[in-house]
This record gives sequence, structure tokens and C-alpha cells, in this order.
Amino acid sequence: MPVVAPLLLSALMFSCGVYGVLARRHGVMLLIAVELMITAANLNLIVFSQLLHNAIGNIVALFIIAVTAAEVGIGIAIVMLLYRQRGTVAVDEMRLMKW
Amino acid sequence: MVSGGIRELAWLIPVLPISAFFIIVFIGKKLPGKGAEIGITFTGAAWVLGLLCFQDAIARHGIVERSLTWIRFGGFSLQLGIRVDGLASMMFVVVGLVSVLMQIYSLGYMKGDVRYTWYYAAVNLFTGSMLVLVIANNILQMLVGWELVGVCSYLLIGHWYEEKENSNAAIKAFITTRFGDLGFEIGVILLFVAARTFNIGQIQTLVAHHAISTTLVTIGALLLFCGAIGKSAQFPLHVWLPDAMAGPTPVSALIHAATMVTAGVYMVARIYGLFSASHIALTVIGIIASITMLLAAVLACVQRDIKRVLAYSTVSQLGYMMAAMSVGAATAGVFHLWTHAFFKALLFLGSGSVIHAVHTNDMFEMGGLRKYMPITYVTFLIGSLALAGVPPFAGFWSKDEIVGAAWSSGNHLVFVAGIITAFLTAFYMGRCLTLTFAGRYRRMPVAGGAEADEHEDGDHHLPHESPPSMTWPLIILAALSVVGGLVGTPIHNIFKDWIVIPGAEHGVVVAVMVASIIIAIGGLLIGYAMYVRAPYGFGVIDPLSKLGPFYRAAVNKFYIDDFYLKVIVRPVQYGLSKFVYNVLDQEVIDGAVNLVAAGTVQLGKAVRETDERGVDGVVNGFAWITDKTSYLLRKLQSGNVQGYAAGLFVGVVILAAVLFLRGGI
Repeated sequence: MPVVAPLLLSALMFSCGVYGVLARRHGVMLLIAVELMITAANLNLIVFSQLLHNAIGNIVALFIIAVTAAEVGIGIAIVMLLYRQRGTVAVDEMRLMKW
Repeated sequence: MVSGGIRELAWLIPVLPISAFFIIVFIGKKLPGKGAEIGITFTGAAWVLGLLCFQDAIARHGIVERSLTWIRFGGFSLQLGIRVDGLASMMFVVVGLVSVLMQIYSLGYMKGDVRYTWYYAAVNLFTGSMLVLVIANNILQMLVGWELVGVCSYLLIGHWYEEKENSNAAIKAFITTRFGDLGFEIGVILLFVAARTFNIGQIQTLVAHHAISTTLVTIGALLLFCGAIGKSAQFPLHVWLPDAMAGPTPVSALIHAATMVTAGVYMVARIYGLFSASHIALTVIGIIASITMLLAAVLACVQRDIKRVLAYSTVSQLGYMMAAMSVGAATAGVFHLWTHAFFKALLFLGSGSVIHAVHTNDMFEMGGLRKYMPITYVTFLIGSLALAGVPPFAGFWSKDEIVGAAWSSGNHLVFVAGIITAFLTAFYMGRCLTLTFAGRYRRMPVAGGAEADEHEDGDHHLPHESPPSMTWPLIILAALSVVGGLVGTPIHNIFKDWIVIPGAEHGVVVAVMVASIIIAIGGLLIGYAMYVRAPYGFGVIDPLSKLGPFYRAAVNKFYIDDFYLKVIVRPVQYGLSKFVYNVLDQEVIDGAVNLVAAGTVQLGKAVRETDERGVDGVVNGFAWITDKTSYLLRKLQSGNVQGYAAGLFVGVVILAAVLFLRGGI
């Protein structure tokens, strides 16, 4: 299997994630975009693990998936609290910490 | 040179009064006697020690000389030493005795004085300084004592300096003697250059062996004599002594009898080997001494102030002593110093007692005091007879020895001057005695009677005898004035054996002796006869004023003081002083000071400019730059999380690009 195809897919996914983080205002969409970027990174790890016949990449990917699940849980909770406090989840309105 | 004995301790003699000075200055005021007891005790101890030394010197003769190195420089070391022989020991006794007696007398006389403690301190320093001079074995140390004596005389003459007149007198005494001291100092240096030593004994030995050229000896002797002219009030520097009466009367006694004016005579006797080696020096001394004794005796005849009579009398008697030196009779001169110390201290303390009682110095306002002050009268009479030269009182023997020596030496000037002065002396003492004690009191209270005595209001009370602390010193001195001369009678002159002065000779002439007795008694009687009928009341005219212009000239001190005032004092005061003030002080010194000040101000301004513009500019500049940049930079912290994330990504991209381009991946 040519290695280029999955790497290209990974790059595409990462770029979509970056775009999502920078462009979307909705908090949940932001979290989804971050997940997209992490998944792209995981894909890279697995691809190179296979290519190099080394299991460490797979193991790290598994760890990252678990950590990400926890991270998303916290992230969603924060967004929920923000919504209750401010009545919105638009990130560009959360700019209290400025000069 | 003999072994020391008690004379080993002679160094204590000047040290005692000087330590008394320090003790009185530092703790005198806290003591019950306000310092007087310290002064009397210490000076008394010095006197007792002096007596023991004198006794030792009489018994064993010889010179005890001890010295220790004071300063060493190069191959030469300066000695601090003592030279105790009969002459020095005799001076210990005279100085110590007069000082002790006048300090006891001052207990009464100075009672309640504003600076009582300081007075005692200064008197002790005065005594100590004189003893330093007396004990010195080298002329440099002598000079130290010499100058200290001058300073102390200044302090004591100006003791009541609140009155301008007194401080003027003190300044006059100090500066006039300084003129002579200048010569003395140059003489000391000259002798050192010639002899390579300051030691009195060595200098005299060198002179005796003709190791120093006659010219140098003459110049050195004359320069040293300049000092004696100043200190011993010889013509033409005698003017300070009568004015020195401004000090308290006991101080006058001390100055006249023991501690100041005798210094010059003592110095000449001390280094007599030098003076006697120069015929010219002796001749000059003879001329100066003759002028001095005559001039002062004439001036004493016209004084109205009792203390001034005594002051001029002292000048005149110092002339006698110097004259004795000039005719080779140094021992006779010292003998006169010895007797004179007793009767002159007596006369001064006696006059102090009189002044204390009548509150005036004018003899024409006194009179009849023998009734009110018997002790003072008798003692003063003894002193006067001693001064006038009536046998057997002290003054007769010493004065006669001098006149006799002048006769046998063939020095006619000194002899004639001495005889005339003897007559004048007797005359003015007769005048003084008559005006003060004879007749009746000229300031009789208007109300009259004994009850006026009760009131203590200034002029309106009768005089009364002084307290015992004042009369006892008079009695002691009177006794000494009677017997003090008996040690030097021509029949058995033991004084000559006590005081051995190299180069001194003696001669006794019976005819001269008889003549001087007649002259003395004649003078006294004429003085009595002229003044016993002196009128009563204020503004009395002196019978001597019939002499006309001569009298007026004498009253004006032969215009010598005026001459000095016009020729020396005023030009210095108005010329030199003004010049120094206006030009040197105002222009040069103040100019320099102001210039420095102006420069400093300008420098300060420049530094301030640099500080404000330069240093502060840099500091403010940095602050300004920081301020402006931070305005720009703070916009970056927008609080917009996505903005930060964008920055993050851009950064990552740039990093990746750099790594890629460097080919690091």
C-alpha cells in the first residue's frame, strides 16, 4: 500500500481542523475541529507504525484516543457552563482576559 | 660639677607651679578655695625646694647640670636641662617667696574678683615660666621661658580687660617687649651658629677660650641685651612698665620684684662670661643703663599716681642692676636684684593696701594715712628707706656696692648717673611717703567724725587697715627688707660667695659710701620738706610745677610715648593696617575667595545643566520609549482566543518553513 494516500488524508483532515479552530465561532464546533486535528495526528502515528514495523506508534495512538475522550468530556462541560452563565457559546464574545 | 644632692630634684621647681596652673584651670572652680589653695601650696612647695637648693648651693658650691634629649635632628640633639648653681638657686628663693606672699596677699586683695580662679592659674603659670627661664641650662630653653613670661604678663596686666585702657596696657607691654625679644631670638640663633651649641656653660667656655670671634661675641651679646632691654624695661623700651600698672596691684609686685623685669638682669648675669668678653657690649649696656636710671628717676618725681612712682622707680633700679653689669660688678647687680625684690614687692603690696583702703591712686588725695593704717605705714616706711638707700636697710648695701664698683672701675658716666639717681630716688620716695602718710587725710568726709566710717559708700568713709592676709606678707617682706642686705655688707660679704659669677669684680670705697648716705638722707628730707605743706583739697598743684617747661616735659614722659605713638603705632595702625585691610585683605584675599566662589557657582550651574538635560534626558527618554512601545504592544493581547491560536499556527508554519528550507527534516 502506498504510504502517500493516508498521509495526504491526514494532512487534509488536519487542515480542516485548523480552519475550524480559526474560523468557527461556536464552542462545540471548535471542540470538534480540535478532535479532527488530533485524529489526523493519530492517523500519522498509525501509518508510520505500520511502515516501520514498530508497535510503539499504535500504543501511543491508543493512549491519545483515551486522553482525548477525557479532554472532550471536560471541554463539553466547560461549554455547557459557559452557556448557562452567559447565554451564548460564541468564543469571540469571551474576551474578558485582555488589556 | 658636683654630685646632685637635693639639687637633683630642682627640675620640680618649675614643674610644680606649672602643674598648679593645669590643676587650677581644670578643677579650680570646684575646690573650696576656688584654686587659691592649690596655687599657694604648690608655689610654696617650689619655694621650699628652692630654699633647700640654695642652702645646698651655698654649702657645696659648684654647678649641678643635668639634661635630657628633647629633640634630635640630624647629628644634633636639643637638650632640655637644668643648671642649678648659686645664682639660679637664689632666683628660686626670690621668685618663690614673692609669688607665695603675693598669692596670700591676693586672698584679701582679689576677694570676689570675677576671674578669681583664672587669676590664680595665670599667676602660677607666670611663676612657673619664670622658673623655667631661671633653671634653663641652654639659651633656647631660656627663650621658651622668656616668651612664656611675656604671654603671662599680657594675661595678667589685662586681667580686667573689660576696660579698654587695661587691655591697651597689656597689648603695649606685650608688643613693646616683643621688639626686644626679636633681638634676643636673633642673638640665640647667631650664638648657636657661632658656637654650635645652645648650652650656657659651653658658650661661656668657648668665649673664654677665644673660640668665637670678638665681633660675633659683641653682636651676640648686644642682640641678647636687646631682649633684656625689652623685658627689663630699659630705655628706650621702658614705656610698657608704667602702663603695666593697669593690672591688679599684687601682679605689679610680682612683675616688678620677681617674675618679669628681673629676667633681663638675670639673663645678663647668667651669660656674663659672654658679656664681659666684649668691651663694646659692656659700654653700650653702661650707657643704656645710665640713661634708664636717670630718666626713670626724673619721671618718678613728677608722678601723682602712687603705683606709677613705684613703676618708674623699678625702671630706675633695673638701670642700676644693668649698670652694675656694665662695670664688671655682676654680683653686685644680682645682689641689688635680691634686695630690690624684697623692698619693691613690699612697696607694691603696701601701695595696694593703701589703694584698697582709699580707692584712689592719686597721692595728692591721700595723706595722714599713718594714723589709719599703722602696719601698712611702718612697712611702707621700711621699704622706702630700703629703696632710698638708708643704712642698714637692704637697698643701701646693694646700691652702694654698685656705685662703689662704678667708681673703682673708672666708669664716670655710670658713677655720676648712679649718684644723681640715688638722690632722686631718695627725693621721690620722701615725696611719696609724705604725700601718702604724713599730714592729715585730704578726703575727710564732709560729715566728719567716726560714724562716717560705718558707711561703706565709696569716698565717704575713713580708710582702715587691710585684713591680716594682706598685712602679714607686708610684715614678712619688711623684715626681709631690713635683714636681706646684711648678707652683702662690705664688712663681711657672704653673698659674693653664694653667687659666683665668672668675670665679676668688686671694690668698696668708704668715701662713696659716706657720700651716698648723706645723699639718701638729704633727698628724703628735701622730699619731706617740699611736700609736708602740700595744700589740701582737690586739684592740688605739684610744687615741682614751678620748674615750668621741664616739669611739663617730665609729666608728659619726655614725649617718648607720644613719639612712639606717632612714629610707630599710628603709621602701623592707620597706614600699614589700613593698607593691609583695604588692599591685602579686601582686594587680594577676599578677591581670591570671591573668585573661587564665583567659579564654583558657574561650575555648579554647568553640572546642573548636564544633570537636567543629559542624565535626566536619557532616563526620561527610556521611559518615553517604553511608554509608547507598550501602547502598541498591548493591542496584541486582545483576549480573542482564536487570534492567539492563529498566531500559534502562523508560528508553527514559519518554524516548519525554516526547518524545511535549511533541509533539516
